[in-house]
Amino acid sequence: MEALLATYLKPLVMTAVIILLFPLIAGYITLAERKVLADFQVRLGLMRVGPYGFLQPIADAVKLLLKEDIVPSAADRWIFWLAPVLSTVTALTAFSVLPLGPNLQVADVNIGLLVILSLSSVGILGTILGGWASNSHYSLLGSLRSAAQMVSYEVAMGFAIVSGLMVAGTLSMQGIVKAQFDRQIWFAFSNYGLMFIPFVTYSIAAVAETNRAPFDLPEAESELVAGFHTEYSGFRWALYFLAEYANMFVVSSIAVTLFLGGWLRPFANIEALRHPLDFAFPAGLFGLIGVGCAIGMRRRTVAVDKGIMAVLAMAMLGAAAAFLVPMINAAIIGPFWFLFKVSVILYCFIWYRGTFPRFRYDQLMRVGWKYMIPIGMGALIVNGLVLLKAR
Amino acid sequence: MLDTALFYIFAALTLGGGVLTITRRSAVHSAIWLITSLLGVAGLYLLQRAEFLAGVQVILYVGGIMVLFLFVIMLVNLDQAAKEKRFSGQKWIALACVAAVALQALWFVSKGAGRFTLGQPSIAGENLGNSEHVSRVLFSQYLLPFELASILLLVAIIGAVVMAKKRI
Repeated sequence: MEALLATYLKPLVMTAVIILLFPLIAGYITLAERKVLADFQVRLGLMRVGPYGFLQPIADAVKLLLKEDIVPSAADRWIFWLAPVLSTVTALTAFSVLPLGPNLQVADVNIGLLVILSLSSVGILGTILGGWASNSHYSLLGSLRSAAQMVSYEVAMGFAIVSGLMVAGTLSMQGIVKAQFDRQIWFAFSNYGLMFIPFVTYSIAAVAETNRAPFDLPEAESELVAGFHTEYSGFRWALYFLAEYANMFVVSSIAVTLFLGGWLRPFANIEALRHPLDFAFPAGLFGLIGVGCAIGMRRRTVAVDKGIMAVLAMAMLGAAAAFLVPMINAAIIGPFWFLFKVSVILYCFIWYRGTFPRFRYDQLMRVGWKYMIPIGMGALIVNGLVLLKAR
Repeated sequence: MLDTALFYIFAALTLGGGVLTITRRSAVHSAIWLITSLLGVAGLYLLQRAEFLAGVQVILYVGGIMVLFLFVIMLVNLDQAAKEKRFSGQKWIALACVAAVALQALWFVSKGAGRFTLGQPSIAGENLGNSEHVSRVLFSQYLLPFELASILLLVAIIGAVVMAKKRI
């Protein structure tokens, strides 16, 4: 019975939680994105729905669900339905092998990274088919661009990942994290710093893989209206949107797992840093956010807004207190570091969007084929030689 | 029990996908069913504990080759293609191939599996994972064929560039 619970119940519960929770998280990532971009552009951003726009994602979700479902009359109905489902399902399935914590993973399979790569390659089909099934020029051009871009950058990404795998010596996601603990270094800094090159290559290719600015040509709104999802609206569009944010989360998670130590804290082998980093840092972080929410509460005038901010402040301070209890801390510190690192990378994604202008199509292809792939290959050879020498 | 059920599901996906691939009118639908069939094969690999092979099957066939297929199909004028004759007249060659495969299967069944030396699946619980097994065999026992295949691929790539580019 015990074994049965361990094999079936835990993965099932985790799967259900991820599927139910991720749409909400994706909504709040968009809120963060719009707020951060607003800050870059010296404006306030969302302020209307809830205090400081806090309830905007929920309002958006309701709006999307209630919108009329339009299928173009010339569309291929069956594929039009299939394409967004394909994108979302593959993106969410990839979560099953992400090592969120030492024991927090749906399945630790021995080809973990390969599973994610194969799922993302199936996900490309969702984009291509969606663009084709819409039977519109903008959609078709967008999906052609997107497919060409994803296939090109997948090669560069593959080289960067192979470099990381060479150092780790395993495809299992937990195995990769454990290898970094044993080697006492995050792989982004190993091999005398040479592994930093694949890390940078991966980071750039990851942005291109997820069709984010400055590589967002597939949905360049000044040329293609909205690219491959021009004809999609309402819930179907929401599925594409969910898939995009799920993909962002997944590629960030690969970067964190393969190059930045996964759920390990910084300097995981130095015992003296355990208390400051595992207890003081998260408690201080959540405490600071809690105090910020409390100040925000005082500035609001409407009673409901005040209430929401008060609940947020209490929740944040409660989280801060939870990190100080050794027993709870032991359970949640792994996921904390993992999600913290993923958040930092997601912030960088938003940062790129606020900073770089969009590439032209030929520039995009030149960067991919003439710079990223040769650099990836070179890094692979050099790192291989260094590893061979060290052996 | 679960393995048997999964085997039949994946086998149905593979065969059903194959049949639908050749009977659909729209080329894109055919491509989708071909993808289903290939995914079914990947599932069968998984059941044989060949995880690495399953992953590579999906990445190469579904993610690589089928994306290129779709690319080409989408740019072709489908209306004209739909008007053309559905099955090209290679009925007899096809029948001969099917008969050959059927005879092979019949022969195998009549002799029984015990008479043949079958490839050993990697054993569960062994320290080495499936990918390590594959790489070990590939880079020791089959190194020469592997390198020859790489040279062949390189030649094909250079050939493609030469043919595609007018001015080198």
